[in-house]
Amino acid sequence: MSSPAKDFDENARGEFARFGTTRVHRGELLRHPVYTRFLHWSAAIFFVLSLLTGFAIYTPWLFRWITPLFGGGSRTRLLHPWFGLLFDVFFFFQFLNWVGPMSWGQKDRRWLKKIRSYVTNQERLESEDVGFFNAGQKLYFWLIVLSGILFLVTGVLMWFDDAVPRWIVAVSYVIHDLAALLMFAGFVIHVYEGTAHQPGTFASMINGTVTRTWAWTHHPAWYRTITGQDPRDAYENEKRRLVERERALAELERKEAQRDSL
Amino acid sequence: MSNPRTFQIQEISAHPGPVPGQGTRREEKVCKYIDVTTCIGCKACEVACVEWNDHPFRETTFNDTYQTMPTTEWNYYNLIKFAEDERDGNLMWLLRKDQCMHCEDPGCLRACPADGAIIKYENGIVDFQQDNCIGCGYCISGCPFDIPKFHPKTNKVYKCTMCSDRVGQGLEPACIKACPTGCLKFGTKSEMVQIAGLRAQQLREVSGFADAGVYDPQSIGGTHVIYVLHDIKRPERYGLPARPVIPPSYTYWKWIAKPVGLWMGLLGIFAVFFHRVFYGPKLPQPEAVDVESGPAEEIEAGRKEKP
Repeated sequence: MSSPAKDFDENARGEFARFGTTRVHRGELLRHPVYTRFLHWSAAIFFVLSLLTGFAIYTPWLFRWITPLFGGGSRTRLLHPWFGLLFDVFFFFQFLNWVGPMSWGQKDRRWLKKIRSYVTNQERLESEDVGFFNAGQKLYFWLIVLSGILFLVTGVLMWFDDAVPRWIVAVSYVIHDLAALLMFAGFVIHVYEGTAHQPGTFASMINGTVTRTWAWTHHPAWYRTITGQDPRDAYENEKRRLVERERALAELERKEAQRDSL
Repeated sequence: MSNPRTFQIQEISAHPGPVPGQGTRREEKVCKYIDVTTCIGCKACEVACVEWNDHPFRETTFNDTYQTMPTTEWNYYNLIKFAEDERDGNLMWLLRKDQCMHCEDPGCLRACPADGAIIKYENGIVDFQQDNCIGCGYCISGCPFDIPKFHPKTNKVYKCTMCSDRVGQGLEPACIKACPTGCLKFGTKSEMVQIAGLRAQQLREVSGFADAGVYDPQSIGGTHVIYVLHDIKRPERYGLPARPVIPPSYTYWKWIAKPVGLWMGLLGIFAVFFHRVFYGPKLPQPEAVDVESGPAEEIEAGRKEKP
């Protein structure tokens, strides 16, 4: 990443931190600063708006019921490119914000090889080299980069279709729709992983924090970097602590029962 | 916009005697005949079109020709195009009445994603239903003749209706009625093709235009507006494509790839839902332990061991 872009990103992060707050409670870690959360949700809002208006154009026969939300079919069509453009703008800043931790490496290739055990929940703990993002998240990020560019290029061609030869516009429709399908597939998985599949992840994008437990479970290498502790040790300690706590509670209960019977 | 309920009556209940007009329509298909060789460029058809469709006045554009404006517009369906050409070292003026060609296989209709926004009638008229139009502009790129035009105020697309409101009442289109030279005719497709063929033959044999012929491009199944041209070998001189085509992607993409994509999207949603049902959530570890029964995964593992 070039230096001015990095400077800009750091400045923006600082500016947002001035009027936005992130409360980190005991046992929690800061994961997403205000600026990142702002970018994520701005991009998300405009993505969903683009998706809804896009569906209405894709197959009006099925999605005609969406159009009244935007003031009718033709206005839905009119708004769609603007929603898409704003999505691309916010995602561009998100790109600057995340391009560092999203860089692809050897460990990501290893992660992808074991994706089966990840998907079937065989591993309760992520392998120790998983950093701020795992390879699946990185894949989704670069997929958005790719389809974001495809959307922009083909979208502009379709927007100014009177200045472009017919066949280019015809090809653009197909590529635009393909990019949308790719991104929709990623989006479904993204929403699922972030909400129903991994509890605590959705809250991290709202509050900006995660529990330490969440951190060493899903992103052990990241946990090691910011706490300086070994994630596996932390996990074992916590497990021991929980067992002891359970034992102590059981003991207490037993004693109380004894006292009551006297 | 037109009223789709314009039918030919076949039977009438309890009606004595023959049904008026029954069987008189030998052929459903209608057609406009345009003989560019006898057009004088008077633009009466342009005026008639604007008047009949009750279009507002539109400012003209002068760019060194007698043409009213560069292309047809959303409120200017009919335009005489003036092209300059050479014949035997002399200037030759080509006047062509440009409007919707009402293709037998309409590219606009193929490209349109909106349900019911474009209708092709049995008689061959292709008509836009602006109530259903979403203004996506796919028809504009689908048309090989560059006819549909976007109206930026209503955000919908408009084009020549072949006066379907008049034709439905047994009248000819307004442009035909206005033509003073008889270079415009209206009737059934077979009649018009026959007249055009005769006229082209006359041009070839009598008037010395050896390449005269009829423009009725079969690459899109023929059109319901046909031209008699001085030179059928080079229709580009008149601004007509020699072999108009519709990109096949419109048909395949719309009817095969798009539904497949939607089904895949739906399957994806089902897939993640059942993933949650089958495999459960990934909870931060360690989960709360129950000393008596042990961790949850051991219960499941134990069950597997005992058949």
